Amino acid sequence: MIRDSQDVIVKTLSRLLVPFMVIYALYVIMHGHHSPGGGFQGGVILAAGFVLLVVSHGLEQTRKRLSEKAAGVLSSIGVFIYAGIGALCLILGGNYLDYGKLSKLLPVVPAEARSLGILGVEIGVALAVMAVMFTIFLVIFTVGEFPEDDRSEK
Amino acid sequence: MIVKDVICILFMLGSFFLFTTATLGLLRLPDFFTRLHATGKGDTLAALWSLAGLAVYHGFTLTSAKILFIAVFLFLAQPTATHAISRAAFRCKVQPWTLAKGGEK
Repeated sequence: MIRDSQDVIVKTLSRLLVPFMVIYALYVIMHGHHSPGGGFQGGVILAAGFVLLVVSHGLEQTRKRLSEKAAGVLSSIGVFIYAGIGALCLILGGNYLDYGKLSKLLPVVPAEARSLGILGVEIGVALAVMAVMFTIFLVIFTVGEFPEDDRSEK
Repeated sequence: MIVKDVICILFMLGSFFLFTTATLGLLRLPDFFTRLHATGKGDTLAALWSLAGLAVYHGFTLTSAKILFIAVFLFLAQPTATHAISRAAFRCKVQPWTLAKGGEK
């Protein structure tokens, strides 16, 4: 069981660092085209921000920001974005994830539509990875208790 | 160019010396807290110096700005991690090494 830590130093520093972690994660996601990184890595960094929150501010505080249910919904939304963009290309007459065909919907040339399509897919991947990583962390660290079901019964 | 190289080499040598000292402390000091003390201090400044050397070597570019961000992050995160570990050890009642308790390791 993870309790609220009473440590002022750790709490203050994690409060300072979490916003920068989120910004760095967004940077990694956005720069996935032309530098190391991408959806998966950015999603893992986002999840690491939540893990740091759990470790420093306790489980209850973090649940207020992202509950298990919300994490489940977010992971589904991420997969939906990924598969939806792929299927959209299929509908527009290309192959699955053939982003060039998106230029029929967007007012850009096919080359730029490719870039935007990859960005959209990476945002979906990042959402899914963040939610699933956070869920796995919670499941491992709350072994033996069933958090949300228990609380609703009490 | 020469000046830049010399400054970079000085930073690197300093960080190698500090890393060596920290590792020596980790291997030779008697108990948990003193080992943590050696590595926590030594590694922080050593990492800072090696990053500073890299930044100087790279000149005034975006890459060196990123290196400086990493340095700031390390400077904040590493002492905090050391503090958290030592506090956890203290609350788990890890006994510190004292002369009264035998003296020899």
